[in-house]
This record gives sequence, C-alpha cells and structure tokens, in this order.
Amino acid sequence: MNTKDRVIEIIAEQAVLDPSDVTMDSTLEELGIDSLGLVESIFAIEEEFDISVPFNANEPQQSDFDISSVAAIVAGIERLIQEQKETS
Amino acid sequence: MKRVVITGAGTINALGHNVPDTLEAMREGRCGIGELTFRDVDRLAIRIGGQVRGYEPEERFNRQQLSLYDRFTQFTLIAAREAICQAGLEFSGDLAARAGVVLGNSGGGMTTLDENYRSVYEDGKNRVHPFVVPKLMNNAGASHVSMEFNLKGPSFTVSTACASSNHAIAQAFELVRSGASPVMIAGGSESMLCFGGVKAWEGLRVMSKDACRPFSANRNGMVQGEGAGVFVLEEYEHARRRGAEILAEVAGYAMSSDAADIVMPSKQGAARAMRGTLRDAGIDRTQVGYINAHGTGTAANDKTESAAVADVFGRHADNLMISSTKSMHGHLIGGTGAVELLACIMAVRDGIVVPTIGYDEPDPECALDVVPNEAREACVEVALSNAFAFGGLNAVLALRRLPG
Repeated sequence: MNTKDRVIEIIAEQAVLDPSDVTMDSTLEELGIDSLGLVESIFAIEEEFDISVPFNANEPQQSDFDISSVAAIVAGIERLIQEQKETS
Repeated sequence: MKRVVITGAGTINALGHNVPDTLEAMREGRCGIGELTFRDVDRLAIRIGGQVRGYEPEERFNRQQLSLYDRFTQFTLIAAREAICQAGLEFSGDLAARAGVVLGNSGGGMTTLDENYRSVYEDGKNRVHPFVVPKLMNNAGASHVSMEFNLKGPSFTVSTACASSNHAIAQAFELVRSGASPVMIAGGSESMLCFGGVKAWEGLRVMSKDACRPFSANRNGMVQGEGAGVFVLEEYEHARRRGAEILAEVAGYAMSSDAADIVMPSKQGAARAMRGTLRDAGIDRTQVGYINAHGTGTAANDKTESAAVADVFGRHADNLMISSTKSMHGHLIGGTGAVELLACIMAVRDGIVVPTIGYDEPDPECALDVVPNEAREACVEVALSNAFAFGGLNAVLALRRLPG
C-alpha cells in the first residue's frame, strides 16, 4: 500500500467512513473530523510512518503543515517522509 | 432550607455491575475480593483486590469513547446511567442549566498513567497518544457525565483521598438544600488496580495479603477495590411533584479536619464529624440505628473509629449497629463512600443491615455490634456513613427513612 492509501485509511478510520468515501479533495471538516480527531489522526500518522509532524493545535494555520485537504495532508506527509529519511 | 432526597442510585463494583446485584451480594455477605489479574501482577507482594470482573468495556462504549475514557470514567458513566435512568429525569431548559454533577476521585486515570509511563520509560517510546491528559485528569468522570446528560450547572471533582465521595455528596447536597439547584448528580469513582497503583500502596505497608477483616482482632490491613457509585440528589418537592420514587432522605452532613497527621487517624477529628452531622441534621443520637463504618481493616483506623463512636454515642453506642462493607468490595478510595452509601439506603429503606464479613475474633478495642458475618433485619430510622481520609479530612453523611 502506498503512502496515499495508508493516509486515507487512517483518516477514514477516524471519520468512521469507508476509505472509498474519502477523496483527495475532501476537507477534514467535510469528513466530520473535529480538532480532537485531527490530533488523534496526526498521532496515528506519526506512528504509522515513524515521522514527526510539525503540527501545533493552538495555531493550526501557522503550522508548517497544510491540513486544508486530504491531498495537502498526503503531500505533506510524503515530503516529511522524504526529509526525515534524509536526515536520519 | 430545602429537603433533599435520593431518587436514583447506580454502581459498578466488585460485588455487582448494578445496584440490585450489589445489594443482594451485601445482604448475603458475599466477598468480591480475589486474586488480582493484570500485567506484571507477579512483581507485586500484594496480589488481592476487589476487581470488577466480567466487565467488557466494548459492550458499554464505542471505540471513540473508549479512546477518551479511562477505566474510572467508564465506571462513573455506568453508575451515572443507572442512577439517572432510575430517577427518570431528562435534563433540558432551566433544569439542565441548574443541575450539575459533583464527583469524588483520588487517583485520576491511574491505568492511563501506568500504561503511558510504561510506554515511555520501559519501552523507550518518545510519543504518547494525544488523549493522555483528557483521560487521566481527575475531573474527566464528572465532565463526561455532564456531557452525556446535558448538565450545565455547578460541576466539579472533589479529591480528599478516602473521603472524596462523601465530600462530593455533601457539596451536592448543600447545593440542593440551599435552593441553588433542584437536582444534583453526586458520588465518586476510582480505579487504581493496576501495577503502579497497587505498587504505590504496597509501599505504605498497610495492605493485607489475604483478606479485609474490619474490627476483627486478627485484622491485618486494607484491601483495595475499584468501581463507582452515583446518586441523584433531588429537592423533595421537585421529586414529589413528579411522583418520583424516593429511596431515602439525605438529612445532613459534617466535615472536619484532624489537622494532626498525614496518615494516622484521630479520634477527635472523627468524633467532631459525627457530632456535627447529628447537629446539622437535627437528629438525636438515639435515633441512629446504623453506621456504615469507614472500617478499613487497619489496626489504627478500626480502633480509633470505635473509640470515636463510643465517645459520640455514649451508652447508645451499645444499641446501634456498625458494619464495614469494605470487607466485601474492598476500599474504593475516592469512590468508597458512594458505594457504601448503598448499604445505608438498604438499612433505612429495606430494614436490612449488611454485615462485616471475615470477622473472626472480637477485639476489646472495637467493642461494638459490628454485625459479624450475617446481615440482620432491623428498623433503622437514621443511618450514618463515615469516611475518614488520609490527610485527616473527614466527612460524614446522614440518611433518614422517609415517613410513611
């Protein structure tokens, strides 16, 4: 399973949806994921990919991590995996 | 001042997963204490406790709820659901705005702490689940009850070790008696039966390795339990108008502080709390037929408590009955007074006085009628519930049978 599918699976589980119902242009709000659900999703993503996601729940807009859509999240994670592989 | 009655009760503890099962077990003098089962129990010197058995969290809560509810919060919600269902109350509008929840708790989410300390210290992980803090905070139980039942009035958690529940019920009682709120949910819960929780208690060397035998000459310490007790306290006229079933009247309470020692109990502090309760409730001491003792089964508590009862009640001390149900469900610490209040309700409502089980040998220093090993029928007008906490913080409640 590639990164995109695994991220979608985590988000779908959080939203209690089937992965096929989560599209790349979905927003977390549309999927019914609240702030606590978002933090839990990020935790699950960190565990899954063994990466650290620079997300601060106090100021989500200021974080160096775009959560505006599923596509943005997937792209951000792919970038983090790449970066953190290079530095480790 | 308003009169305050109990119109709902709920519990889960080692004796049962609801009030009827618990009362039946108490009446029959059954023991809910047994071998502890959890991870690393083989590294403990103390391996017995009053664990809640046959409990499947998945049957009561969904996955999302379980990710947020420590075991003590789960117990709280189970007891609250039973109590509020029995009371038949729904909270909306003005009632919701004024009704609140006050719960006792001592250790907070001990299982959550234990699991996550293990994960970062023992397993060397550097990341914990984001809900650790909302799970372990002491007020999680009260907060989740307020959310599930739409309680928007005064709500908080009281933490006074072994007296937490009695202090909590006293605060809720005061809010109803004063007219501030027509209905308050009150009680307490605790779940310390995990490796770290029991290991901490072991250190104090007050735990028994075999049984909790309050007031018996061969008693050798306390035994931990877990669970919750929750009650609906309602203003009498409010309950009467809607035709609610009334379990008992809460007649009064008193609180005191020993201001003496962080662990040793004080006869004076206990006596002041009992005397204050009689005064607050306007009860003559001869009206008290039953006392649910703090009765931990330690050498110090039981003789001090017996002396305090003798001091307060004088000659009437020989006429009243006093028993400790900790012999059956163990010591639920912050939840203990709430579960024990059930025995007081049964005494005044049903005329059944529950026994102190495990009683083998009389102790001249505890020369009271401790209702050894078998329940008794008696007409009890007033019952007291004692709670004397580590730290010397005491709270006593008085229940009265409703006339007619």
